[in-house]
Amino acid sequence: MVDFSYTFLIPLIPLVVFLITGLLGMKWKPMVSGIIGTVGLLIAWLLSLYTGYEYFLAHTVEHYQTIIPINMLWLSFTNSLQIHMGVLIDPISVLMLIVVTTISLMAHMYSLGYMKGETGFARYYAFLSLFTFSMLGLVLSTNIFQMYIFWELVGASSFLLIGFYYTKPSAVAAAKKAFIVTRFADFGFLVGILVLSFLTRTFDFSKLTEPGTTIFASSAGVTFMGVSALSWAMSLIFIGGAGKSAMFPFHIWLPDAMEGPTPVSSLIHAATMVVAGVYLVARLFPIYHFQTPQVLIMIGYVGGFTSLFAAIIAMTQFDIKRVLAYSTLSQIGYMMVGLGVSGFGGDHGLGYMAGMFHLFTHSMFKALLFLGAGSIIHAVHSNEMKDMGGLRKYMPITHITFLTACLAISGVPPFAGFFSKDEILAAALESNKLLYWTEYITAGLTSFYIFRLYFRIFWGKNTDYGHHTPHESPWVMTVPLIFLALGSAFGGWIPFHDFVTPDLAPMVHKMEWLDTIPSVLIGLVGIFAAWYLYKKESSRPKAVVDFLGNLHTWAYHKFYIDEIYLFITRKIMFGMIATGIAWFDRHIVDGFMFGVADVTMALSGKIKKFQSGNLQEYAFVYVAGALALVLTLLYVFVK
Amino acid sequence: MIQGITIYHFLIVSTLMFFIGVMGFIIRQNLITILLSIELILNSVVINFLVFNRFLYPDQLQGHFFGLFIVGVAAAEASVAIALIINIYRRIQNIDTDEVNEMKF
Amino acid sequence: MDFLNLFVAVPVLTVIGIMFTKDLKGARIVSAIGMGIQLILSAYLVFYYLSLQGVGDLHNMIFYADTVWYAPLNIHYTIGVDGIAVAMIALTGIVVFAGIFASWKMEYLPREFFISLIILATGVFGFFISLDLFTMLMFYELAVIPMYLLIGIWGTGPKERSAMKLTLMLMAGSALLVVGLLGIYFNSAAPGGTYTFNMVEIVKHQMPIAAQRFFFPLTFVGFGVLGALFPLHTWSPDGHASAPTAVSMLHAGVLMKLGAYGCFRVAMYLMPQAAHQLAWIFIILTSISVVYGAFGAIKQKDLKFINAYSSVSHVGLILFALLMMNTTAIDGAILQMISHGLMTALFFALIGMIYGRTHTRDIDKMGGLLKIIPFLGVMYIIAGFASLGLPGFSGFVAEMTIFVGAFQHADMFHRVATIVVVSSIVVTAVYILRVVGIMLLGPLKNQEHAKLTDATWFERVSTITLVIAIAGIGIVPLWLSDTIQRSLHPLLQMILH
Repeated sequence: MVDFSYTFLIPLIPLVVFLITGLLGMKWKPMVSGIIGTVGLLIAWLLSLYTGYEYFLAHTVEHYQTIIPINMLWLSFTNSLQIHMGVLIDPISVLMLIVVTTISLMAHMYSLGYMKGETGFARYYAFLSLFTFSMLGLVLSTNIFQMYIFWELVGASSFLLIGFYYTKPSAVAAAKKAFIVTRFADFGFLVGILVLSFLTRTFDFSKLTEPGTTIFASSAGVTFMGVSALSWAMSLIFIGGAGKSAMFPFHIWLPDAMEGPTPVSSLIHAATMVVAGVYLVARLFPIYHFQTPQVLIMIGYVGGFTSLFAAIIAMTQFDIKRVLAYSTLSQIGYMMVGLGVSGFGGDHGLGYMAGMFHLFTHSMFKALLFLGAGSIIHAVHSNEMKDMGGLRKYMPITHITFLTACLAISGVPPFAGFFSKDEILAAALESNKLLYWTEYITAGLTSFYIFRLYFRIFWGKNTDYGHHTPHESPWVMTVPLIFLALGSAFGGWIPFHDFVTPDLAPMVHKMEWLDTIPSVLIGLVGIFAAWYLYKKESSRPKAVVDFLGNLHTWAYHKFYIDEIYLFITRKIMFGMIATGIAWFDRHIVDGFMFGVADVTMALSGKIKKFQSGNLQEYAFVYVAGALALVLTLLYVFVK
Repeated sequence: MIQGITIYHFLIVSTLMFFIGVMGFIIRQNLITILLSIELILNSVVINFLVFNRFLYPDQLQGHFFGLFIVGVAAAEASVAIALIINIYRRIQNIDTDEVNEMKF
Repeated sequence: MDFLNLFVAVPVLTVIGIMFTKDLKGARIVSAIGMGIQLILSAYLVFYYLSLQGVGDLHNMIFYADTVWYAPLNIHYTIGVDGIAVAMIALTGIVVFAGIFASWKMEYLPREFFISLIILATGVFGFFISLDLFTMLMFYELAVIPMYLLIGIWGTGPKERSAMKLTLMLMAGSALLVVGLLGIYFNSAAPGGTYTFNMVEIVKHQMPIAAQRFFFPLTFVGFGVLGALFPLHTWSPDGHASAPTAVSMLHAGVLMKLGAYGCFRVAMYLMPQAAHQLAWIFIILTSISVVYGAFGAIKQKDLKFINAYSSVSHVGLILFALLMMNTTAIDGAILQMISHGLMTALFFALIGMIYGRTHTRDIDKMGGLLKIIPFLGVMYIIAGFASLGLPGFSGFVAEMTIFVGAFQHADMFHRVATIVVVSSIVVTAVYILRVVGIMLLGPLKNQEHAKLTDATWFERVSTITLVIAIAGIGIVPLWLSDTIQRSLHPLLQMILH
């Protein structure tokens, strides 16, 4: 067996880069930080590729091993509950390693051109490295608590990067929103971890997910409010994942997160951090499958609902990054569905495999879409569709790569998205018809909204760009585009079922080409509809909008979920609870303390009247007292 | 010794003087009158000293000495008190006890 | 002379030294030197302790010394430290040292200020080294009294009122405490035996359970007032808001921990049975403290008010963890004492520095300051992240240890209380980010602030010292946590049996 202990370097390199650029970055020319960051990540990327090669390809094995080359004690709570910092190598972590480093490298390189001349260039690269470090640490976690630690760190780096333009109030608000919403979900995650660790007395993935493990036996009868404690734990943990992956109803932060620089959106909010939830579910898949199948089904439904819901909203938006953000939600929903409908072992693991496959292909084409969008924004200095049109003549490379990504996400063969999406649909068809039809419709909507985007940007009327003609981006930006386009075009041919399965054994799976016809067809229908409506400037879209009426208005306003949240946070949390407590504290609790003081004062005011200072009163009391005493004594003794 | 006047007569007079003084001290508002009342009290005590000395221990003189001391102290006290009263009067044009409460509490 | 006495002697000598100085320059240099020596002594104590622990010889108090002070009542001057006291002394050393630098520019009556500050420090150090209840109480009062002067004279805003409120509430607490301590004293031996104030002796003799039930709440509440136990926390917002920077640092950083330490060392350690029986009342109160403090902080506008409420919440967590009474939770409590001590000292130091520049603490009047004063801004954000429990800072380690420890209880009550307390992490994030968002980020709100200057060298010394300590604990927590757990062992055998 190969010694994988060098893998700890993969997260460590970005950390070192972060420290160097973070502490010393201001002293250098900005570009130096960028180059250090990119080179550092290049090394990490090569190491990841080497790891992938060694793990998957170099040795043919019947059954992939879970390897923990390094596991250092970090903090010890009790004898059994200890946090280790380590590296866990198994198919999904190696897969994620490759995804994260690849996309991160592309984002780093792309940013050299995209962010050129921005103030805080060094800071940007420092944060990017911090994020990459945290994400790699998350991926390689050996135990659920290590994962939580890095989970928080990616949240914080996401906060920093969304709020990169910190003088812009909307960016600040978006950063805050992202952090607090995910933090709220993390509260669920943490409680879930507490319950799970309480039941099983361990944090280690290897013990938790060991096939046929008995650590759950003792907790079988433990229930809370009629539901087994383990189901609570797993649901709560999923809430954490749903927060990071922006599943309904925690999805509200992701569209706003587009306030960050575009490469950040592509890296964090499309390809890597937002799939952490999927990764989490995949990581704990054996527990979900064997111990709490009902929670797994729920995950499937949440994913299915989110994918349809987000796809509907995506069709109505005009900000190109927001369209892509909702598209991301929808695609992550797909992955969740894949996991939700999956079984374990042999062919039953198809959904799991497909979910992870989709994670991989999605990271390629969605990162590409975002980087392409960045390239467009770079050229026209606007996010709005109405400012674009006919760009295909000005930006040929961006155009071709963007088209590749659109075809991939629409599931047109032989592009990458076709394979992964189709396998999710195949898995859903086998186990859950409702989810199948949801995803089937979503597939059509997906190809519609993405081609709506495509046609409106690259075709349609030629907007008058004035003297500032858009031009193709520099090579540092187009090279990542081309690389990712190749990934989106050919990534689907990777024999994923040989590599990633829930039981770690290669799966014998043959694609049924005939079964894929309906899904390809609906994709083509969507593309055609988009072509019909948006190929040329016309009044057709408006007619459709008018026809849909309120339905469109609701979708355009994102079904008012944001408003509901605002109501809950502003009115209830801030307005009622926080203000109420502040008032209660000042007036009731503190008022009581002042009441004590006031009563004391009033009493002493009364008492001091006795000490009037009037000698005559004293004398009277004295004489009267003396007389009384004398009379009493006389009465007592003389009688 | 005065014929027909016993120690009781003296004591009754001094007791009356004493209680008149106490009464005056308690009920009068004017500081000067209060001072006079105190003089009454002191003098009744002096009478008691002299009477007891004369009637009970005619061959000794302690009572007389005490009486003289009290007269001396009373004179000193009266002068201090009157000085205070005059100063108070200068300040507030009044020597009623109810009015002199500036330093109270 | 015994080593531990130096912890009292050095501040006293420093005070005398300051008396001979003439102005601010002399006073601050003498104080800095004195407290620097104190810091070195603390460091030496820590290393000495660790070396002893390495040998495994830790069943007794180290540097134990006993001098009769007032024989008729058997009052001794007994000193000695164990692991927890060592940790608290180290914390105090760091915070006091940073506090001196935070008051580097104290123009008004500087000598008197530094003298009061160091008398306060003397009280705190003395409290942590003493093992005799009477001596302990004396040092406790010594720490509380200068607080009145420091807030009343050098404070801001309605300082006299705040000082009075704070002192009176703490004095009311000590009144309860005196009753509690006397109760312990008169139950420290069988009737007819020799009563003692010495904790090491008292613990050997089991107090009667009826007496424990009566005196435990008194002692716990007495110390709890200083630990801002709900509903006796209202001195904290006013007091902190009015206090000068160094005093806020010391007070929130160390004195509030002193309350928690007392709750643990005196109330729970000496009266374990009553602690077990009555813990539920205080668990409810502290759970309220934690969530309530956090919610209270959301709506505040004054930076110091926000931090005062935040302290109520975090110190509530310490008390909560102590009452959970298992090794992990109490380990977490001690970690949280250290962590919160450093964090809150950093916060108050930064607030003082920002206030010194903008002359306002109203967050609505500031905005976009990060661009103008990047160093202070970044430090504030780091402090904020540490406070909301981001991994890599000490707060995370402490909170997680508490949560995991508290959740190990088998019964539902403790676990539900834990979940309630855990929910504070969300609220904490809300108020921290709110302040950061309003004050530091966004466009510059007040054009007068455009000319502000960034931190000076002494301000950097003071903040960086604290940040290094916070991050150090956060990144490599194992040795500290392990040290605390091992030193807790002898104590907990008493409490947990």
